[in-house]
Amino acid sequence: MWEQIRSNQRKSSILVVVMAFLLLAIGWFGGEGFYGPGGGTGGLIVASIVWIFLTLISYFSGDSIFLSISGARKIKREDHEVLWNVVEEMKIASGMARMPAVYIVDDPTPNAFATGRSPDKASVAVTTGLLERLTRSELQGVIAHEIGHIRNRDVLYMMMIGVMIGAIALLADIGVRMLFFGGRGRRRTSSEGGQAQAIIMIVSIVLMILAPIIAQIVYFAISRKREYLADASASQFTRYPEALASALEKISGSIRKPSKDAEKVNRIIAPSYIINPTLAARGNGEKANLFSTHPPTKERVRILRAMASGAGVGDYDVAFRQVTGNPVGVIPFRSLETAEKVEIKKPDEIPSEKHIDRVRQSTDAIWRLNKYTFIPCDCGTKLKVPPKLQGQRIMCPHCGGKHDVSSWL
Amino acid sequence: MGWVVLIVILVVIFLPLGWLIAIYNALVRLRNAVKNAFSQIDVQLKRRYDLIPNLVETVKGYAAHERETLEAVTKARQQAIDVSGLDSVKDRARVENMLTQTLKSLFAVSENYPDLKANENFLKLQEELTTTENKISFARQFYNDSVMELNNKTEMFPSNIIAGMFSFKQAEFFEVEEEAERKAPEVKF
Repeated sequence: MWEQIRSNQRKSSILVVVMAFLLLAIGWFGGEGFYGPGGGTGGLIVASIVWIFLTLISYFSGDSIFLSISGARKIKREDHEVLWNVVEEMKIASGMARMPAVYIVDDPTPNAFATGRSPDKASVAVTTGLLERLTRSELQGVIAHEIGHIRNRDVLYMMMIGVMIGAIALLADIGVRMLFFGGRGRRRTSSEGGQAQAIIMIVSIVLMILAPIIAQIVYFAISRKREYLADASASQFTRYPEALASALEKISGSIRKPSKDAEKVNRIIAPSYIINPTLAARGNGEKANLFSTHPPTKERVRILRAMASGAGVGDYDVAFRQVTGNPVGVIPFRSLETAEKVEIKKPDEIPSEKHIDRVRQSTDAIWRLNKYTFIPCDCGTKLKVPPKLQGQRIMCPHCGGKHDVSSWL
Repeated sequence: MGWVVLIVILVVIFLPLGWLIAIYNALVRLRNAVKNAFSQIDVQLKRRYDLIPNLVETVKGYAAHERETLEAVTKARQQAIDVSGLDSVKDRARVENMLTQTLKSLFAVSENYPDLKANENFLKLQEELTTTENKISFARQFYNDSVMELNNKTEMFPSNIIAGMFSFKQAEFFEVEEEAERKAPEVKF
């Protein structure tokens, strides 16, 4: 298990270095190409500054920006006990030292994501739609997947690589603009060295066009692989792959076409969700291409259901190879060597669990987050009082009993 | 020439030393992980002891004639508390598993009482106990994984040499007994 995380970290560091080279190459060639010999240094400096600046921002406030864009609200245990408990259970199962912050997004579309640069500073967010649709054990599967991302350090690396892609795209954009609108006048036009200059120019143009595309393809490939790994971790933590499988089916089955506003938000957050909402809505959940952030949901479900021998990451690897026909597998070799037998264990169902109760719990959580006061009336009605009625006396609409709003704070 | 010899000597001395330190530290880390994982189980077991009296009281109000089941739960809880001071993981595992079984039958019985199931306090307790049961089983899962890793390290070459030198002991698994799992709890009065 932990071998796998370390091996991932090594691979990701290599990727970060490669991307950094690509970024600096763009800077150098760009400067050299558009400002003539010697311009490369300036280009390098610009590229580094853009990169460092973006990295610092995303490292220190990436998660809070992310959470605020998605409209996530931080909850306490009382706000939604089941969700809090499930997160705590998965925290224990994964051996994390600290409880991640828990967030709820008021959105009927079921989805979930994790963020935070390290396991100690992690956050898990789920939508109200998810809370309403999934059973407790399905919710556990989804949370386990997110905790898997956190434990595998996916969030940090995907963020760092995402920033790099952003920087590359930005520089390429600046370069293309300069090509058409500026810089030209300052370019040296003497005949000697003109040929070398022309070559550099061509290289830089090619780089500007190709680099962003290459970077994205690499990013998406890594992202897909990490989704599989998080699924494998989820199964290892819960010991019950079926829960995640049926949760994935429910989520992908109920994603509708997002609104215009949601679409904008989704472009930033989509890759982090457990199922990419923009792609799922376009019916792309079945086939992955070079530009998919997530593997096809149907395949993920099939792999989880094919785990017959056990619930460990090793068993996931066997199922993965069987379903995809990919002989390499998805789990790094060294973690398989030490993988022990992990038996599948069906959790006890809670017989009295009902859809209506889940809806009530999640709407109650939103009421509470909006600072509504809950007043239980003697007639059995639960009054939800908006914050502006604070300090007033109100009447129960059912029995006419009077209540002081402040006394129930 | 002299330099080369010196470097070779240094490498010969320091390389194994560094390797020894690395293995020793890995063993210490694992031992602490096992200890820490066990305390996680302990926290949840204590939480369960605290929840049970409340649950028994609530159920009594609605299903007083399920006396046998209620008493079995109370008895199993007391037994578990009695051995909780012991060091033997095996003994503790046995009684705790028994307590889990009696609780399961209590919840199964409560299904027959619609009024009880509608009681808000009962629902709260049910969620609390469900999560505590889950936490116990996940903490145990993580503990057993840690124990497995430690035990492997103390047995496998070459780390077993260092484990022997500094007397790292094997840890005990916290097992779910198949027997207890399958058999319904016997209650005699």
